[in-house]
Amino acid sequence: MTDVAPLLSMEFLLASGIGVVTATALWLLLRGRSFAVVLGLSLLGYGVNVFIFVMGRLWRDAAPILSDGSRLLADPLPQALVLTAIVIGFATTGFLIELALRSNADNGSDHVDGAEPVAPVPPAAHAAGTAENAR
Amino acid sequence: MSTLSSQLPVLPVLLPAATAIVLLMLGDNDGSGHDHPRLRWARAVALASTALGGVIALLLALQADTGVLAVYRLGDWPAPFGIVLVVDRLAALMLLLSAAVALPVLLYASGGWDAHGRHFHALFQFQLMGLNGAFLTGDLFNLFVFFEVLLIASYVLMMHGGGPQRLRVGLHYVVLNLVASALFLVGAALVYGVTGTLNFTDLALRAPQVPPADAALLQAGALLLLVVFGFKAALAPLSLWLPATYAASSAPVAALFAIMTKVGVYAILRVHGVALEGMAVPLLLPLALVTCIVGVLGALAAATLQRLVAWLTVASVGTILAAVGLAGPAAWSAAMVYLVHSTLVVAGLFLLAELVAAQRGDVGGLLQPAAPLAQPTLLGLLLLLAAASSAGLPPLPGFIGKVMLLQAAWGHAWAVAVWVVVLAVGFCTLVGLARAGSVLFWKLLPDTPVVAAGASPRLLAATVSLLAGGVLLSVLAAPLTAYTDAAARQLGDTAAYARAVLPELGAERAVSTQPYTGRRPAAQAPVAVPLPAAAAPTRGASQ
Repeated sequence: MTDVAPLLSMEFLLASGIGVVTATALWLLLRGRSFAVVLGLSLLGYGVNVFIFVMGRLWRDAAPILSDGSRLLADPLPQALVLTAIVIGFATTGFLIELALRSNADNGSDHVDGAEPVAPVPPAAHAAGTAENAR
Repeated sequence: MSTLSSQLPVLPVLLPAATAIVLLMLGDNDGSGHDHPRLRWARAVALASTALGGVIALLLALQADTGVLAVYRLGDWPAPFGIVLVVDRLAALMLLLSAAVALPVLLYASGGWDAHGRHFHALFQFQLMGLNGAFLTGDLFNLFVFFEVLLIASYVLMMHGGGPQRLRVGLHYVVLNLVASALFLVGAALVYGVTGTLNFTDLALRAPQVPPADAALLQAGALLLLVVFGFKAALAPLSLWLPATYAASSAPVAALFAIMTKVGVYAILRVHGVALEGMAVPLLLPLALVTCIVGVLGALAAATLQRLVAWLTVASVGTILAAVGLAGPAAWSAAMVYLVHSTLVVAGLFLLAELVAAQRGDVGGLLQPAAPLAQPTLLGLLLLLAAASSAGLPPLPGFIGKVMLLQAAWGHAWAVAVWVVVLAVGFCTLVGLARAGSVLFWKLLPDTPVVAAGASPRLLAATVSLLAGGVLLSVLAAPLTAYTDAAARQLGDTAAYARAVLPELGAERAVSTQPYTGRRPAAQAPVAVPLPAAAAPTRGASQ
């Protein structure tokens, strides 16, 4: 507590780390390209997994599961939750990569809308686009 | 028999899982046509299993109606450390509803849609497993797991049949849902971090005891969960993905998805209505009313029949969530009645929309003049019935649900808004469906012959049974409302849940794990399970 410099505490490192990873993930997710989106979702998964882990709090000198009664116990449940989240995240990422490849192959574009965006959009073309979308 | 009945609560999860594995081992039709012997076997197995699932759901509902809270401890670990399945009246009702939707939809899909892609029946069973699990679980994290099971099945089902349009919308659907899943984890982790529990019953007891310093964190977690469940349920402003997705899906898949939005509603009722009571209620009602308006405006502007039905799904979800947001047993009972009715009618409408579109040649579901239908009288009457029911005209069940909702809103601060929106939405629904019906059935191109054959009896039987099921609710209104009234009262009875789910703890001593205080556990409130006491002086948690 007092023997650690406040700015370099484990909490600060983890919190800022989660923040940076999540912010990067958001930026990637907002790109229109499926590869960037896949990367963004993976990063978001990492950020979330560390967040779950931290919700069990950071313990020092604590036994992970069993203790002889003389030591603190760390909370083992978030570790189990993270494990589940990692497995599910791995499966869904695999599925999404396959889907993105399929979309790229079928539509000839790696844009998430399946077609290259028309930029800049003049009003007439925009109207045509919305008409097509409505269909 | 007693062994079987004690295992009954887990069967709605295990049965579809086992069936899906059998179907996967049975193999695929390999795209070799509609009457491949393997496909016939797969249909028979899937239909038999789904029907059996319906019987199990009925048994569970009969059991729940006696007032018993059946708690199934997975691995016999005691709650809140172990995971429990809880069958109360609401869960049993939802199980019954999902079986009632799944069986006709499966019958419809067996009419040919299942041959348009691979592993349809296995994925359908996985989806049922996820749905049933989500309805049964008594644990927030387990809810996440079952959400993922039903979602990953829905990703593939949504793209069943293929085509660039489905692929494009499907990619959006998958990415949005994965982001929502990440938010779910953050919300669940926050709730766990503050309360130290994920069990719904335990949460309901612990949430009021959260110290004021942590209340904001818990609120943040609850609202993140509302975003996630609201996204699944298509609560405005998170509803814009739904029409494109549902309209692009094949008809049986869209009809099955009619119950998927209700999973979100169910989760909101469970989590925000009971477990984290009051955390989201001020937001829920206004958002639900906006959802109603957005949904019905979308329905009025829809260019195809499928999109119209998809927007009506949004409007119906808004109506149900408005009832959930009103809070209190009467409103929740109304929510359940309307939920059952609207799910059946919307699922029937999705099937009907495809039957109509298939008989109009290349125009399909577009609301334009086209060739006359092969079966205009039958399909027209079915659409009329569905329209009247979803608009809430007496004596159809939509009317009963809406009257219950309006009565429950009486005296509430938002009563006027609820009355105006619900009644106006009913009227606009009728206008939208009447406009669609008059274009589809009466605005015919002159001198064009009937271009398509009539629908096969199997497809018709599936559609009619869904819509007729919706109407049958009118006949069974008294038992249904008695059941939902009891279910709503039961939901609010936190003490009864605590006695059933947490017998070791009881309602008074609900501290389940070590909530983090930054101090040594010895300095805390009593810990329910005898953790080894931290007797020796330690430096404690790093802070």
